[in-house]
Order: sequence, then C-alpha cells, then structure tokens
Amino acid sequence: MTPNSIIPYLVILPLAAAFLIIIFGKIVRPAGSIIASIASIGLFAISLALSFLITQYGVLIYKVGGWMPPAGIPMIVDSYSALILLIANLIAMLVTFYSVGYVKIYTDTWKYFTLLMLMMAGVNGVAVSGDIFNMFVYLEIASFATYALVAFGNESEALEASFKYAVMSSVASTFMLIGIAFLYSHTATLNMAYIGKFMEGNTTTKVISFVSVLFLAGFGLKAALAPFHAWLPDAYTKAPAPIPAMSSGVLIKVLGVYALTRLFFNVFGMTGPVSCILMFFAVISMLGGSILAFGQSNIRRLLGYSSISQVGYIILGFAIGTPLAVMGSLLHIFNHSVAKSLLFMGAGSMESSMGTQDIKKISGVISRMPVTGYTSLIGALSICGIPPLGGFWSKLIIILACIQAGYFGLAFIAAFVSILTLAYYFKAYAPMLFGSVEGASKVSEKNGTQFFMGTPMIILAVISIASALFLVPGVMNILLRFATATVVNGTAYVNIILGSMK
Amino acid sequence: MSIYILCLILFSVGLYCVLRKRNLIKIIIGVGIMEYAANLFFILIGYTKEGRSPIYAHDQVIKNMVDPLPQAVVLTSIVLGLALMLLLVAISIRIYEKYKTFDITKINRLKG
Repeated sequence: MTPNSIIPYLVILPLAAAFLIIIFGKIVRPAGSIIASIASIGLFAISLALSFLITQYGVLIYKVGGWMPPAGIPMIVDSYSALILLIANLIAMLVTFYSVGYVKIYTDTWKYFTLLMLMMAGVNGVAVSGDIFNMFVYLEIASFATYALVAFGNESEALEASFKYAVMSSVASTFMLIGIAFLYSHTATLNMAYIGKFMEGNTTTKVISFVSVLFLAGFGLKAALAPFHAWLPDAYTKAPAPIPAMSSGVLIKVLGVYALTRLFFNVFGMTGPVSCILMFFAVISMLGGSILAFGQSNIRRLLGYSSISQVGYIILGFAIGTPLAVMGSLLHIFNHSVAKSLLFMGAGSMESSMGTQDIKKISGVISRMPVTGYTSLIGALSICGIPPLGGFWSKLIIILACIQAGYFGLAFIAAFVSILTLAYYFKAYAPMLFGSVEGASKVSEKNGTQFFMGTPMIILAVISIASALFLVPGVMNILLRFATATVVNGTAYVNIILGSMK
Repeated sequence: MSIYILCLILFSVGLYCVLRKRNLIKIIIGVGIMEYAANLFFILIGYTKEGRSPIYAHDQVIKNMVDPLPQAVVLTSIVLGLALMLLLVAISIRIYEKYKTFDITKINRLKG
C-alpha cells in the first residue's frame, strides 16, 4: 500500500457512511450518530496522517481509476490541501459530536447525519481535487447538502433562508460553470496543472480576465465576501445550531477561500488587478460586516456578520500576497474556524436551554451554564484578538504584513476593524455572560448542555488557547510554512504537479 | 457567432427571471433556464461544423469528430441541475404550506 492510496478514502469514507446511515438509520435508531461519529473520527485520522506524510513526500497524487492525466482525474494533496483538510476534518469531527447531543430535538436524526456526511464528502473532494470540473461537482454536492440542512428545522424562516441561499448560490454556480466553459475553450483541458501549464506567462489575455471575474463572483459568494454576503446571516438564523458552526468553520473556508486561492494563486497566477479587487472586497467585508454586526439583536446573526468581517481579514492577507501575509491568513483560517465554531456551538447550547436567540433575553450564562459560558468567553476573546489567544497572533501578523508591504491605509483599517470587533462582542457578550441571573427562568447546565455538547466546546476552547503554539517551531509550524510556500510560489505548483504526475 | 449570442440571450432571460420575478415558481424556472444556457454553451464549445458523433470504431479514422469531453461534462451538470430543481421545488412546496403564498414580497419573516 503506497501512501497516496489513502487519499480517495477522504471521499469514500463519508459517502459510504452516508449510504450506511440511509440503510440502517431507519431500523436502528442510534445508527446514524454512531456511524457518523466513527466516519468523522476516521476522516480526522486520515487528514492527520496525510499532514505527516506531506512533510516527508512533499506532494501526493492519486490517479482515479489509474488513468493518466490529463485524460484521468487526479486527486492531489499538497501542503496547502493538507492544512485545509486538517482544519476542516477537525471541525467536522467536533461538530458531529456536538450534533449527537443537539439533534435529539428533531425526529429523523438519521437524515441529518446523512446530509452532514454528504457535505463532508463534498468538502474533502474540493480540497483534494486536481481537476477543475470535478472540483465544481464536489462543490455542488457540499452546497446541496447545506441547502437541505439549512431547511432541516422546517420552520418558516428556515425554509425562506434556504430558498434564498439555494437560488443565490446556484446563480453563482452557473457563473462558475460558464467560467469553466470559457477556460476549457481557451486551454482545451480541465486539469488544473495543465491549465496552469498552458497559461504560463500569458495570464493577461481577455479570456482569462473574463474567467477571473466569473470565478471571483462565484467563489466570492461561497466565501461570503461582502458584496455577495447576503445569504449568510439569513441561513444561519434558523438552521440547526451545528450547521452555522460547520458552515462558518468549514464550508466558507474550503468552498470559498481555499478554492479561490488555489485557482488564483496556483493555476492562473496572481495578477495586479485581481489582487486589487480582492483587497477592495476584503476592506468592504471587514468594515461592512463589523458595522452591520452592531445593530443585531439576534446572537446568530451577530456571529454571521462577524464571520463576514473575519473572512475579510483572511482575503486581505491573501490579496497582499507576501509570505508573511499569507502565513497570517492561513493561521487566521485556523483560528477563526476554531473560535467561530465554538461560539456557534455555545449559542446553540444557550438557545436550547433558554429557548431564545435574543441577546437581550439571555443573561447570566456563566453562573448558570459554566461550560458554555467560559468556553464562549474564550471564543469571543479569541475572535476579538486579546493577546494570549490565537486570534491575536493571526491578526497581528496580517497587520504587520500590511505595514511591511507598504499598505499603511489597509493596516489602519485592519486595526480599526479589530477595535470595532472588540466593541460589538463586548456589547453583546458582556450582558449575556455576566448579566444578572434574576428575572430569567431557572435553567441549569444539564438542561442545555449534555456530555456530547460540552466536550467539543471544551476541546475547541483548549485549541484556541493553545493555537499560539503554531508559531513556535514544531510539526504544525513545518506544515504551516510548507503551506505558505505553496501559496506564495504560485504557479510553481504547476511544474511540481506535472513533475510528479509522470 | 450568432448562435453564441442567442445562447447569451437565453442566459439573460434566465437571469432576468431570477432577478425580477416575484413568484417562487418563476424564479425556479429562471434558475433552470440559466443552467440550460450554461449547458448549451458548453456543448457549443465542443461542436465542430459537420462533425460526427465521437464514437471510435475499428475501421474509422479520428477525423472531424465533435469534442466528447463537453458532452460528458454537461451530462454531469444536467444531473446536478435536476437535483437542484427537485430541492428548490420541495422547499417551495413547504414554503407554500407555511406562508400560503408564492409571492416573495410576502415571504419576509427574516429581519435584520
């Protein structure tokens, strides 16, 4: 067994789990949660193993069906994919555990776990695919599962949000498909490495500019960048609580940010205009998200707007494109995934014990639900960027990179948005966590947070405290440095892949 | 060239339908038209004039065939479109049960 033959299991395992759950879920009641948990642990183990293998082998390629590229479809894991896979599968595993506790309020929980596993199959497929149309298909699988999961609660608002999200997202997908068609007509191949090879040196043709615009709109919507963000707060409001955690932590990172940066850095090669547009989008995301978050009274909408603003930071780092900025962005992907998933889980726990999403009606969480309260506090502090926690370091690196590259205005905006973030989190979370206990009905930890919901939150809180360790030399630092090199070296990716596909 | 412009017009009709219509079903039809236009465009890329079907038999020379890859790609894309269509129709049926209307201006319980 060669090391590259474990790559397809990233897609096979969740798909197999989904089908097994469909078969057994209806007969044996707990089958759904058991199979989904085992599959998600397996996925995390595979991605951990891959991230160790990457440091030895550099790049792993699996040719599906043994067909040689460009005719065949390759599955490629390099250091950037490995880092993203590690983050995505870590969050997915913890979200699955959380779901085991949370979905008891629904009937037919097996359908929920089937959709969750299909979503994971799509997400992992996007991260490993080396063929642009194949990537599109996986992206659609993950998106369809999400539309269904957003509507899972079957409340009127959830259905409305799901319809809105599905229509917007499918328009974006159509743009992507047209972009792929133009790209195919120009390069006569769908393999990403061969497309990159074809375009070596001449990235400024009109076709490529048009394709870039289509892809910016398409993947920008999946990443919830500011002009395309309208679906996100609605979709998060009434979905089952693990879904915003999954979407914010995994979906917008992999489907949006990863796919966008993979195509623009490694296949097309970053050009001046594209990075300028990305900077513009990043700035309006950061400012717009944090200003809109001020007026929110619904906890999930506030966190949703905060996600938009933090995605702005990530895209800003990539748009600047210096090694330091890209490293900051990759670190911020990790920190934001962990902290925001934690906050959404906390919001779900508060909601299921107090029965409301209104910030004004929730109070005294720390004294009544210590686990939820303290972990949410850590998550909020990490997003705000309070020094020892993870969010501080990644934001600091991005701001320093702005100054280093000479963009003083952007550095000022990033620092200013960081203060705004602190302000709206303080405004929302201080009364909720420390407010008076009197007046509200008596609820205890037991009511809202069981073992399955508490444990993932504690693990995520520990990770977001410890994520500063990313910056000290170690295994993760090596992975982060390799991933940064992969992104920064840009189209050198093409030659590496073509070299090892022989 | 004119066939590409017709394809663009079909796409624009779909986009107009999604953006301007107030009925959920008409929006779904608009999404469908957009996808058909995208699929048609992909097929047109692979078309060569007077081309024949890309089936390779023993005694045939590979000459003047249409490109088979867009056809394979569009087949997948049509299946994705079908799945999306089913999901959208199912959601809109549920929306009708809850709101008793298909008018999107009246389906506005989400605020903020």
